[in-house]
Amino acid sequence: MPPDETSCPQLARGVRLQTDAKTGDPILLFPEGVLYLSETAQEILCRCDGRKSIGNILDELAAEYEAEAETLRKDVLDCVLDLYQRKLVVV
Amino acid sequence: MHPRPYLLLAELTYQCPLHCPYCSNPAKFQRNNELPTNDWLRVIEQAADLGALHVGFSGGEPLQRRDLEQLVAHSRRAGLYSNLITSGIGLDSQRATRLREAGLDAVQISLQSDEAGLADKIAGVKAHELKLKAAGIVREAGFPLTINAVLHRANIERLEQIILLAEKLGADRLELANTQYYGWAFRNRARLLPTRRQIDYALDVAAKARARLAGRLEILFIAPDYYGDRPKPCMNGWGNRFITVNPSGDVLPCPTAGDIPGLRFENVRNQTLQWIWNESDAFNRFRGTAWMPDPCRTCEFREIDFGGCRCQAALITGDAAATDPACSLSPDRRKLLRFVESIQGESPNQFFEDGLVFRQNPG
Repeated sequence: MPPDETSCPQLARGVRLQTDAKTGDPILLFPEGVLYLSETAQEILCRCDGRKSIGNILDELAAEYEAEAETLRKDVLDCVLDLYQRKLVVV
Repeated sequence: MHPRPYLLLAELTYQCPLHCPYCSNPAKFQRNNELPTNDWLRVIEQAADLGALHVGFSGGEPLQRRDLEQLVAHSRRAGLYSNLITSGIGLDSQRATRLREAGLDAVQISLQSDEAGLADKIAGVKAHELKLKAAGIVREAGFPLTINAVLHRANIERLEQIILLAEKLGADRLELANTQYYGWAFRNRARLLPTRRQIDYALDVAAKARARLAGRLEILFIAPDYYGDRPKPCMNGWGNRFITVNPSGDVLPCPTAGDIPGLRFENVRNQTLQWIWNESDAFNRFRGTAWMPDPCRTCEFREIDFGGCRCQAALITGDAAATDPACSLSPDRRKLLRFVESIQGESPNQFFEDGLVFRQNPG
């Protein structure tokens, strides 16, 4: 099932979220690969602990950042769906 | 300003319980002069400082090093993502747990075929059943599992069964890697190279399996460049992304660069990784495009495939600075094609007949 607002995403087995010490960029590390993330993606992923739902994450981000609710919702769902399709996030 | 290495390949030992004739480790006499733990700890720190994000522990068989857990833990502290590239021999659940606790991130296990009869004959030792057990242990310990099967004339027609086995073992990734003809494999290439008919069959099987398993098991098929028109973008460019430290501490732009005569490799016992990566002759010799011969220097693909593989150019043409003969534009192309045509009548049944040289351990 692809992720929706009730899903509780988390990083897939063997995927690590960290900072590239050379550039300061947020990255995902996984077998044989690295993915450079946007700051938005990092803000989303550091909340993907398998317990918070996408709905919870949206609430947290809305409280912290000024963003139009519908834009935020679309950004978060797109980001999680993209990483889910790459098997870097599971729900 | 030089690029940074993304991957440190740490070849911890050339000792290996297997004797696969397709091994790309150097086939010439190797003195047994392994780096001690402290040198490896320093290498790991220096690689992270250079910007590496991944470390691959390889060999030989890296599980033969008793300090592997210590090296893994140190890599973790340095922020490196660690991958154990193993035959699986020597991995019991206690060791898997210790590696997990040390912070190991992922494991890759090699298979020689889908069943013990052929697999053990290729490995030159009873290993297949132990590998299946090791794959189960890796899954139980919660590591992502990559299965790597090196393909050649004797096992390539078992491809469907090999894919089924990887599926059954619960692998996340399957690398179907045609043999790379370096080291022992180059010595054995007249036995190992599949026929064109076999390659066509394998491409078809891999494509169907990729479609069937999409989203469940990622399948990489690495075609043999002997049958291609364009060379592989070897190492993504010389001294561009990868740095290899071999068991005795020599630092190489690629694991098989020792096949290139006339290149002198610096050693981590005497120099820092930083100096070797940035300043040494071996790393600068084929960096960028200035070293390129014709037709590479004006070729539109020169920053895509980097003129192919320097080791292959050296092995086939005798000149490491020549265009890789795997390129259809290479003036030495016929040397490769003559060899490829010479094996087309061969049958997999002759694989184990006289002339096959099994890999030996350094004395």
